[in-house]
Amino acid sequence: MNTEMICRVEDLGLVDYEDAWACQKVQVDRVRAGGRPVLLLCEHPAVITLGRLAQEKNILVSRETLEHNGVQVVAVDRGGDVTLHAPGQLVVYPILPLAYWKKDLHWYLAQLEQVAIDLLKSFGIVANRISGKTGVWADNLKIASIGIGVRQWVSYHGVGINVDMDMELFDLINPCGLDARMTSMARVKGVTVEMRDVKECLVKCFHRQFNLPMIYAPVQL
Amino acid sequence: MSSVILPELGEGIEKATVACWHFKEGDQVRLDDDIVEVVTDKATFNVPAGASGTLTKILVQDGQEARVGETLGAIEPQ
Repeated sequence: MNTEMICRVEDLGLVDYEDAWACQKVQVDRVRAGGRPVLLLCEHPAVITLGRLAQEKNILVSRETLEHNGVQVVAVDRGGDVTLHAPGQLVVYPILPLAYWKKDLHWYLAQLEQVAIDLLKSFGIVANRISGKTGVWADNLKIASIGIGVRQWVSYHGVGINVDMDMELFDLINPCGLDARMTSMARVKGVTVEMRDVKECLVKCFHRQFNLPMIYAPVQL
Repeated sequence: MSSVILPELGEGIEKATVACWHFKEGDQVRLDDDIVEVVTDKATFNVPAGASGTLTKILVQDGQEARVGETLGAIEPQ
C-alpha cells in the first residue's frame, strides 16, 4: 500500500447541511489534487434533500408545514430521490479517490452498504441488502440510506445511518420514493444508542472494509 | 475533434441519464473540467473534458439517456 494513503477522519459534529456540502466540495478538490482521503462524520439539523432523481411528490407535506417545523429543503448533486437528515442520524461523507480501489460505482455503493451492515452487526442488529434497492434494511425497514456523487472518480455524499432520532420526521417524505418504512438502531434495540459509540465503530468498520489506515485530524470547514 | 464519451461506470451499468451540462455549446472548456453530470440510480458522475477547447456540440440533452461508450458531445481542441 502507498504509505501516503492514510484517511483523515474529521468529526464535524452538528453542522448545517449546506456548510457540510461546501466542505465536501473543498475536500474533493484537495483529493483530486493528490491530497489524502477524508472521512467526514456529522449530524445535520432537520433537512430534506432532493437527489437528482427526486420527485417533488415524495415530499408529502406543504412547504409551509416544513417551514413551520423548521425543516429546510435543499436540491443536491447526489444520486437518488428524497431523503431526510436530522439530529440522531449519523451522516458519513467519504471523500475517496476510487481509482485507488476500483472505478466502479456499484462496487463502491456495495462497499458502503457493507460498512453499514458491519457497523449494525457490532451493535447486535442483523441488517441486509434488498436486491435492486440500494441501502441497508433491518426486518424490511430501512435503517441506512445511501446516495453518492463522483467527480473524476473522487467520491462525495455518502451514507445516513439512523441511530437514535425523531422517527416521526420521516412522515414528511416518501423516503427514496420507495414507500419504504424507516427504523433506527435505537428502535430496533429498544434502548438508547450513543452517537459517540456509533461513530467510533463506524471508523473501525470503514478501516476494515477499505483497508485504509485512519487518523483523526481536523479539516477546515 | 475530442469526443465526450460516457465512460465505463462499473459492472452491470449499461446506461445513465444526462442530469445537466455544466457548459453550453460554444463555451470554452479546459482539460479535466467537469462538463456533464450523468446519473445512474444512486450515483451522480461527472464526465471530464478530454481536451481544452470549445464545446461545439451537445448530442445528448439533459434528461436523455445514453449508453456506456456513447458520444455525449464534442470538443474542438484549441
